Amino acid sequence: MMRLVAWGTLVLGCLYFLLPLLGMTEFSLKMRRGEYSLDAYRVVFADPRFWETFGYSLALSAATIVVGVVLVVPTAYWVRLRLPQARPFVEFVTLLPLVIPAIVIVFGYIRLYNTSSFLPLTGSAFGTDILLTMGYATLALPYMYRSVDTGLRTIDVGVLTEAAQSLGAGWFTILARIILPNVMVAVLSGAFLTLAIVMGEFTMAALLNRPAFGPYMQLLGANRAYEPPALAVIAFAITWGCMGLMQLVTRFAKHERAKA
Amino acid sequence: MADDRPAQGPRFRWPVEWLGILPFAVFAVLFLILPTMKIVVGAFQTPEGGFTFQNIIELNTDSIRSAYWTSIKLSFVTALLGCAVGFAMAAAVVFGGLPKGIRSPLLTFSGVASNFAGVPLAFAFIATLGPVGLVTVWLRTEFGINLRAMGFNLLSFWGLVITYLFFQIPLMILIITPALDGLKREWREAAAVLGATGVQYWRMVALPILFPSILGTFALLFANAFGAVATAFALTGPQLNIVPIKLFAQIRGDVLGNPNLGYALAFGMIVITAAANFLYIWLRVRSERWLK
Amino acid sequence: MSFLNLSHLEKSFGANRVVKDFNLAVEKGEFISLLGPSGCGKTTVLRMVAGFEVPTSGGIVIDGQDVTGLKANQRNIGMMFQAYALFPNLTVAENVAFGLKVKGVAKDRRDARVAEMLRLIGLPEMGGRYPFQLSGGQQQRVALARALAPSPRVLLLDEPLSALDAKVRVSLRNEIREIQRELGITTIFVTHDQEEALSMSDRVVVMNGGIAEQVGAPFEVYNRPATRFVATFVGTLNIFDGKVTGPETAEVAGVPVRLAEPVAVAQGARLSLALRPEAVHLGRKEGAEVVLPAVIQGVEFLGSIIRVRAEVAGSVVALDTFNRSDAPPPAIGTQAEVSLSGRDLIVLQD
Ligand SMILES: Nc1ncnc2c1ncn2[C@@H]1O[C@H](COP(=O)(O)OP(=O)(O)OP(=O)(O)O)[C@@H](O)[C@H]1O
Ligand SMILES: [Mg+2]
Repeated sequence: MMRLVAWGTLVLGCLYFLLPLLGMTEFSLKMRRGEYSLDAYRVVFADPRFWETFGYSLALSAATIVVGVVLVVPTAYWVRLRLPQARPFVEFVTLLPLVIPAIVIVFGYIRLYNTSSFLPLTGSAFGTDILLTMGYATLALPYMYRSVDTGLRTIDVGVLTEAAQSLGAGWFTILARIILPNVMVAVLSGAFLTLAIVMGEFTMAALLNRPAFGPYMQLLGANRAYEPPALAVIAFAITWGCMGLMQLVTRFAKHERAKA
Repeated sequence: MADDRPAQGPRFRWPVEWLGILPFAVFAVLFLILPTMKIVVGAFQTPEGGFTFQNIIELNTDSIRSAYWTSIKLSFVTALLGCAVGFAMAAAVVFGGLPKGIRSPLLTFSGVASNFAGVPLAFAFIATLGPVGLVTVWLRTEFGINLRAMGFNLLSFWGLVITYLFFQIPLMILIITPALDGLKREWREAAAVLGATGVQYWRMVALPILFPSILGTFALLFANAFGAVATAFALTGPQLNIVPIKLFAQIRGDVLGNPNLGYALAFGMIVITAAANFLYIWLRVRSERWLK
Repeated sequence: MSFLNLSHLEKSFGANRVVKDFNLAVEKGEFISLLGPSGCGKTTVLRMVAGFEVPTSGGIVIDGQDVTGLKANQRNIGMMFQAYALFPNLTVAENVAFGLKVKGVAKDRRDARVAEMLRLIGLPEMGGRYPFQLSGGQQQRVALARALAPSPRVLLLDEPLSALDAKVRVSLRNEIREIQRELGITTIFVTHDQEEALSMSDRVVVMNGGIAEQVGAPFEVYNRPATRFVATFVGTLNIFDGKVTGPETAEVAGVPVRLAEPVAVAQGARLSLALRPEAVHLGRKEGAEVVLPAVIQGVEFLGSIIRVRAEVAGSVVALDTFNRSDAPPPAIGTQAEVSLSGRDLIVLQD
């Protein structure tokens, strides 16, 4: 009886999740009248704007990940090692992006860093890119911090640090050569999640007027019929790929640890 | 050095340790705190910089009130349904006696689906439940059911609800599954042997224990839906009357005709998501007396 | 008919037969222990009685009522788990009242019963606390009170003491036994600690590989083990090779002895003869049949008892003597004699 209800719940739930995926895939194949074809994908891939925006978002993802790692790893490490009293404050800040909507944050950016402000980031394309990267780093902060902090919990930060110091290592060496490799799995997890978030992000890029993948998809969606579902399939594949890689590194690490 | 002269009594010591989180603090101030403060302060300023309540008062128009109301309703309903359905699916997998192999794929898929938000999600639902979407057409040709004639419209409130659930439900599954794992088998068995029915066990033991997790997820889902722009925008364009879309249009083109009214609009969003979270923290403190 | 009857109980998980033809008749008010090594099926038997596992075959009868097909919540049984089974979201009083509440007992009668139970376990002041505010021993006492509050017909305890430290374990086991006697409640107690089983029980069931190897009073199980497994699992044994010389006589290390009971083995056959450490005496004991030379190999001072290991006729033998303040334990390496008697020998048949 109970098992029947459980199966029913699960099947209905899965149906809800599978239908849209099926729908977008089927629709994306229907560009040619009367038969299934990959025309929509061909059109998408032939569009130079697709590659430009895709590359732009990819580059921004990389920048965001670098910023995130440089920001989060030393901070989380320091809080664990020397500043446990700062933990509530740091954790509160890292949770804020889940509470303050992204659109509000970017609105603040636009007004705060306009051309007449103390830091006129929106004045140039490069400045805006930096601002957007920082915005993405903010969005990814909760996930990155949680992931790295959990990773740090599994190693003995204090002992590692003292061992490295007794061998004469400086702070930079300790962080880059000792701590980072030890939380690599956590960092990679956070990085893939960041990638998934940044690749599809729309609001910040659109409002800062940067040619990212999200706004490009939206623009195409407003004007075309068959390309959007093809883009959705591609976006889904990217998300799936990021999550798959995330699982892979975690499993790989478990395997390694089991061997050791 | 300071230790050499302990007799001098307590003196100010520079908190050198705090320098370690200086970069983080600078980042947080520049890209999180200051922008938010800018909104909050701006909401109470005239264009010339003087203090005023005028912007807040001007929020009280039919159009803005209804935008807030729709947004709150949308967030509440999707958070509620997301929690309920996500809970049911997680419970089915954890307690339903299903094969062990289902669990890990479901969690992986939930990770994917909870991040598959925004523009492409809208495309997927248009291709499925839109006027010529897969399910719409199939129901019409196979069963003669015309969704449109029955009053269903993907670009309506309930259409948005159905779409948002695609990322709300998986988020709930991801968060609640570990919590369900934390329910000890001994509790259920102790309850049973004491004569409790399954319902009594859930009502008196399991749900009270899970309550904080469920509540926290609810607050998170609420904020998640409340701030979502991309899905709604890609689905319906700029005309849908919900707060984030209105704010989006305002930032782009000052459609309200008053730049500082935009601050007030955004401030209202912060107030509501913050209120949802304070409510959560308050209820959590009340419901967790039994925890350290 | 006994109060609780388990007849021909079988349980298989897949192809794995975990409990095999398990029979047990428990009298009202009796305290029974299930004793056996890890994985021998003790918990499974208990869970079948509680109603958490459905027997593959066989029947369970309580007080004349066949409960084999009843759900756990219809059996009116009390159960105490290893640890952590208190509901963490309820206070001590609410935990104890739980069984009464789900039965719909009125509030004032409930409160009275809770107060009575808390007095019984010696924690009358703790009703308002949450489980996390209690020590492990206190938590288990509350679990006992919770199990007893609805006046169950049978009390089941699955290693309730194993998560506690040694001192608390001993004091709590005495307390449990006292309460059990006071209430006269029929009890099955699962443990893999033989000291616990022997000291607490009216009767002990020694299990191995899903089979009840012996059911009997502690004295009987210890002194007259029915099988080789029981003999070796319960208590420490010294095993000698012996030779049967007659229906009731044998030879140990070449010395003839008279056995307590006749053995059904052909004359001349070799067999294993076992002795408890307390049946081997250091020195020459009056009336002993066999006296053998020994070399002291080790001395373990356990307080009231001193356990000596000595080499006797080529094998190492453990023997216990009482501590006496005027006789210091022998030194390692010294020559000594040990004496023993045929009537203390346990014949181990394979
Ligand atoms: N639900 C189950 N599914 C499959 N096998 C099980 C299950 N429960 C128990 N077993 C197996 O049955 C055997 C007996 O288990 P049981 O828990 O009764 O042992 P036990 O005597 O209580 O041991 P311990 O002293 O370790 O608690 C074990 O080999 C165990 O692996
Ligand atoms: Mg067991």
